Amino acid sequence: MKFGVVVFPGSNCDDDMIHVLGDVVGASVRKLWHKEESLGDLTTDDCIILPGGFSYGDYMRAGAIARFSPIMTAVIEHANAGGYVWGICNGFQILCEAGLLPGVLLHNDTQRFTCKNVYLKPATDKSAITAKLDQNKAYKIPIAHAEGRFHADEATINQLVANQQVLFYYCDESGQVTADTNPNGTLRNIAGICNEKRNVFGMMPHPERAAEDLLGNTDGLDLFTSLLASTEVAV
Amino acid sequence: MNFIAEVDIMPHQELLDPQGKTVAKNMKNLHLDGVEDVRIGKHVTLKLTAADEAEARQMVETACQKLLANVIMENFTYELKEAK
Repeated sequence: MKFGVVVFPGSNCDDDMIHVLGDVVGASVRKLWHKEESLGDLTTDDCIILPGGFSYGDYMRAGAIARFSPIMTAVIEHANAGGYVWGICNGFQILCEAGLLPGVLLHNDTQRFTCKNVYLKPATDKSAITAKLDQNKAYKIPIAHAEGRFHADEATINQLVANQQVLFYYCDESGQVTADTNPNGTLRNIAGICNEKRNVFGMMPHPERAAEDLLGNTDGLDLFTSLLASTEVAV
Repeated sequence: MNFIAEVDIMPHQELLDPQGKTVAKNMKNLHLDGVEDVRIGKHVTLKLTAADEAEARQMVETACQKLLANVIMENFTYELKEAK
């Protein structure tokens, strides 16, 4: 699996992501400028990453303008053809605005930009980024956002839960999911979801910021190794 | 023909509006105890050229549906006037 990391004007986690994928994980990765109209040699076996940041200054709504960048037509075609797409933080917001994931990310109920470590409980092993995770472990991964309150109508939320499309819940250090461990008012403590076809992932926390011993935390690395291990083509 | 559209975008009534709530809570610093609730949205002015009013209306609808509002969280209303 190769990776393409889209750079929008205002993206700021693109270089961290490329460093982790290229230097830590050892995967083949390249940048995709938002004005490009094709994904080049990347195929549906590969993964397009929409990184964190403040694309277009979060004007109008976070992700609303980036969703109409030229590259997004190719990203949407890639997703519809079964290719992997993973949006982190602002990338998750862009995927919701683009309709590749249901729902929307509202302003945090705290009315603050929150940057801190939180704990995530995997909610399913039926997705490539959670398949190889310890389903009973609370993964320590940081969040850094002002608009992370996931919202959708009740029928959509019920469907996400029933279909095991919820990837992570915010929890405490021991894995308990409670109102106190909800950092932003998100519905049912939801931190990340996937689409029905399970090839498009969105999450607010930043695994690429917790993927190296040097940074004192490698919990995030497990998501990347899960993705690679569970999508490896058997020979 | 030239038109001006005045668009109002507001968060859905049932959704918590943290910005509005914060402003409402702080009205007491202005000694305005009578302010019971505040909700904050956006106002957008569009200047456009279209063949007729129907086409202008269609353009404003498309702009609102696709970019200016996210109907999952907001609703929009607008007034369209011919520009002099």
